[in-house]
Amino acid sequence: MALAAVTRSISPMVPRPFRVEKVVRDVSDTFTLHLRPEEGRRAFPFAPGQFNMLYLFGVGEVPISISGDPGEPDRLIHTIRSVGTVTARMAALGKGDVVGVRGPFGSAWPVEAAEGSDVVIVAGGVGLAPLRPAIYHIITNRGKYGRLRILYGARTPRDILFRGQLERWSSRLDTFVDVTVDRASGDWHGNVGVVTRLIAHGGFDPDNTVAMVCGPEIMMRFTLQALADRGVASDRTHVSMERNMKCAVGFCGHCQYGGNFVCRDGPVFRFDRIEDIFAVREF
Amino acid sequence: MTMVQIEGLDKLLREHPFFDGMDDAYRELVSGCAANEVFQAGAYIYKEGQAADKFYLIRHGRVALEVHVPGKSPIIVDTLKAGDLMGWSWLVPPYRASFDARALELTRLLSLDAACLRGKMEEDPALGYDLHKRFTPVMASRLAAARHQLIDMYGHPGD
Repeated sequence: MALAAVTRSISPMVPRPFRVEKVVRDVSDTFTLHLRPEEGRRAFPFAPGQFNMLYLFGVGEVPISISGDPGEPDRLIHTIRSVGTVTARMAALGKGDVVGVRGPFGSAWPVEAAEGSDVVIVAGGVGLAPLRPAIYHIITNRGKYGRLRILYGARTPRDILFRGQLERWSSRLDTFVDVTVDRASGDWHGNVGVVTRLIAHGGFDPDNTVAMVCGPEIMMRFTLQALADRGVASDRTHVSMERNMKCAVGFCGHCQYGGNFVCRDGPVFRFDRIEDIFAVREF
Repeated sequence: MTMVQIEGLDKLLREHPFFDGMDDAYRELVSGCAANEVFQAGAYIYKEGQAADKFYLIRHGRVALEVHVPGKSPIIVDTLKAGDLMGWSWLVPPYRASFDARALELTRLLSLDAACLRGKMEEDPALGYDLHKRFTPVMASRLAAARHQLIDMYGHPGD
C-alpha cells in the first residue's frame, strides 16, 4: 500500500467509537491503548507520524500520535502520556471501555523518500511513540535503507519507553540502538548524558542521511543543532511539532504555526521549511 | 620505554580523533608521556580527590563518571566511550580528580602523564596552546551537556 494513498473514508469531524482491547502501563506516567473499531474488524490504514483525535466522551478530546505498526492496520495503538485532564482520565480506561476516534490526520515521516539513505532516528521521552511506526516501516523494509541508528534519551532508566522493543531492535545486526539517560545509579550499565552526545559519535554519512526527530521542543532544539554540527542538512532533517490542536483539519486555527497549521501541514515538517519560525521565541 | 613502544603509541595517538591535525613533532613529544592501560569491567580508573596525575583517551570500552554516595549506590553523572577524552583536572590546580571513573566494561585507554606533559608545555608554550585549544571545546561541550541534563528536557522542562 502506498503510504500517500492513506485517506479517510468518513467525515473527519465525526468520532468513530473504538473499544479498548488492552492497556499497557509503559512507564510511570505513560500508557498504551490497543483499540478495535466498534463496527467490526475494519482496517485503520495510516502513515507513520500521523495522529488521531481521541475523544473521551463527556471529558474532552486530545490529539495523540499513532504508535503502532502501519503494516498491521487492523490494530490501532496509541501511546499516551498523562499530562492533563483528558489524558489523566484516559489513564484510568480499562478493557472494554469506549473512546471516540477521528483521523488519521496530518503529515507523515518521509519513510519512502528516505529509501537509499542512512536514517538517524532521535527521540526523547514519549517522543519515541510517534517515531515507532516509522521504525516499524523501516525495519520491515530494511533492505531499502542504509545504516539505521536509533538514538533515544530518557530521564532515568525507569522512564525508558518500549524498553523490550529497543532491546530487540538492538539485537538485530543491521540496526544500531543507543539509549542514554540523564540520571542513573551504579547498577545502570548504559549511557548517561544528553541524547545530543550520541549524535556526536556519528556512524552515519551526513551527506546521505535522513534524520527524524521527536521529543519536547527544547530537546529537539539542541538535537537539531547537534545534527547540523555533524553536517546533516536541514532539508534532510524532519521534526514532529506539537501545538494545541482542536479541529485537526485546518479550520479552527488553534494550532497555527507561522503560515502553517500543525494539524494539517504537520505534525511532521521538513526542518528547513520551519527553520525561521522555529528559532523565534514564544512562537 | 622502548623506541618500538613509543612508535606504537605515536600511531595510536595519530589515530585518535583528539589529536586530529596535530603537528607531527608535537605529537611525538606528547607520545613520550603516553602509555597503554587496560581496566576490567568494574575497576576504578581513578577516584574523586586523588591526584589528577594523568588524562586519558578512550580507545575501546566505556567509562562511568560517578559520585560516591555513602550507604547508597553511586550516582552516574556521565558516561564516556571510545573516541572520548577523559579528565582535565590535571590542567587545573590543585590537580585533584573531581569524580570517580569506573570502567563499565573492558576498557583500553591511552594515558598521558600530567607532570611530563605540564613540563613540556612550560618548555614550549606553543605546545601548551595547542593542547589547550583541543581541551577547551571538549570542556565547553561537556559543560553545555551537563546544563542540558539539569533542565529535564525529556519530561517537564521548566517545572
